[in-house]
Amino acid sequence: MNPVRGLPRPVIGGPFRILLLACSFALAGYAGVRLLAGDWLGVVLWFVGAALLHDLVLLPLYTVADRAVLRGLGAAGRREWALYVRVPAAFSGLLLLVWFPLISGRVDARYRSVAALSADGFLARWLLITAALFGGSALLLAWRSWRSWRSPGS
Amino acid sequence: MRDLASRLPSSPGFWRSPLRGPRFTAVLGLVLLVGITVLFVTGLLSYAAYNPDLDPVNDKTPDKGLLGFYLFAWPTGPDWLYRLTQGVHVTLGLTLIPVLLAKLWSVVPRLFSLPPARSLAHALERISLLLLVGGALFTFLTGVLNIQLDYVFPGSFYPLHFYGAWVFFAAFVAHAALKVPVALRNLRAMREERDDLVSPRPDPPTVSRRGALWLVGGGSLLMFVTNAGRSFDGPLRETAVLSPHGGPEPGNGPNGFQINKTAAYAGIDPAETSEDAWRLVVTGRTGTVRLGRAELRRLEQHSAALPIACVEGWSTSDQWWRGVRLRDLAALVGFEDDPPDVFVESLQRRGAFRSGALRANQVADPRSLLALDVNGEALSPDHGYPARIIVPAAPGVLNTKWVARLTFGDL
Repeated sequence: MNPVRGLPRPVIGGPFRILLLACSFALAGYAGVRLLAGDWLGVVLWFVGAALLHDLVLLPLYTVADRAVLRGLGAAGRREWALYVRVPAAFSGLLLLVWFPLISGRVDARYRSVAALSADGFLARWLLITAALFGGSALLLAWRSWRSWRSPGS
Repeated sequence: MRDLASRLPSSPGFWRSPLRGPRFTAVLGLVLLVGITVLFVTGLLSYAAYNPDLDPVNDKTPDKGLLGFYLFAWPTGPDWLYRLTQGVHVTLGLTLIPVLLAKLWSVVPRLFSLPPARSLAHALERISLLLLVGGALFTFLTGVLNIQLDYVFPGSFYPLHFYGAWVFFAAFVAHAALKVPVALRNLRAMREERDDLVSPRPDPPTVSRRGALWLVGGGSLLMFVTNAGRSFDGPLRETAVLSPHGGPEPGNGPNGFQINKTAAYAGIDPAETSEDAWRLVVTGRTGTVRLGRAELRRLEQHSAALPIACVEGWSTSDQWWRGVRLRDLAALVGFEDDPPDVFVESLQRRGAFRSGALRANQVADPRSLLALDVNGEALSPDHGYPARIIVPAAPGVLNTKWVARLTFGDL
């Protein structure tokens, strides 16, 4: 962290860090050429695309959704209710994100023919879980509101 | 102009959450440090469990080179070994997803930070972060898609997940070496340090950092309790409500347990497996013998209680198998006292692992059977009728079904 201009040190950085990263790149390169041995373009698209999709689409999407909820509740003067929406929405969204192939039904036919298991009901079960999460959250909020209304001093 | 700059994600003021900060990131990072290390080790064990260095048919990544440096003869005991290591691998991976997402969220301002590089080392580190983030998401994504049989990724699962994991791990080790000391210092510090992750003009808080960590932990707990059940039969499996091979069993009765590939999917023709048509061909030192099911039944029958454990992370409880010991079959063709390796071929028409190789230690184990019955009844077509391999602690796909030919001898 030498701010003096013209000195090479801050431009290059710590030798330990460079050495460590060089070793890391060597190993990543060794595995990487094998990773790219087949459909290299497809793999690069998936590898970089996963990072871009997460950082530039998924993350902004749930940030914007969260802000919209906060703004909506703020307009109603109920910002403190945010968690009662956030928690069930986050859990439900997490399950949808992970199990999207099964919930959306896009692997139904294969799942049935490969494993002899019914692929029906993943969507229904996810909707039920979502309903239970939001319902439970609403009940908790109602119960807490009722308690604080009964004993306003505490 | 100044106002515009503060509206860009490269400006620290763009990021408003009061949650971001070095301690929050440190907690998530240390959880991932432990969790991903376990994932990597159990993943390497899973690769070793296939005995890829025994025969090319077992090896889906034949150009692995030095990455197979640690391979060893996979043991046959304890018989739940692969069930445990692979159950941990997949269930822990699913459980870590909320932590990974939260960790990425907590450091996202750094993705946009300017200038792009303050030094050569900093530039290299940012390139390394692309491998870290891309590698993590790529490896988790291929795993999550594969267990749901959604083969949309560009290539075969085994090389993508194996080499992808190595690329990820290379970046992960460097990242851990650079950041763990910082993370520990941040956790030990009594007060929050100023840091580029701390928003300079935070929104009013709606949840504490502790509360946010509880939310992440709750997400992990949710993933855990809705997945762990797929490693057990019966009521526990029913708790795995959204995951593949969770929920109710595919059937009732002795053959009702989980099926990896059905006979129909594998292209098994019932005409080939009938009592009259099917003959097991056993080849060895002294030549070849052909045995029908009735002849196999006249050989000494043995029992073994063993699970089926799949690379996809699900497993069954112990099933009660009955049939002929593999080492007795080896003895039939001239390997009386020294059971060798065996090459197993199935009637299966399509799919990977139509044939597989078992190592001498697996053949020699008294619990390794060519099973004819399960749980007191003849095998069903979906469980490998007329005969299937069952070997303790081996990955499910090496327990070849619809066996047609056994070739004993050193591979």
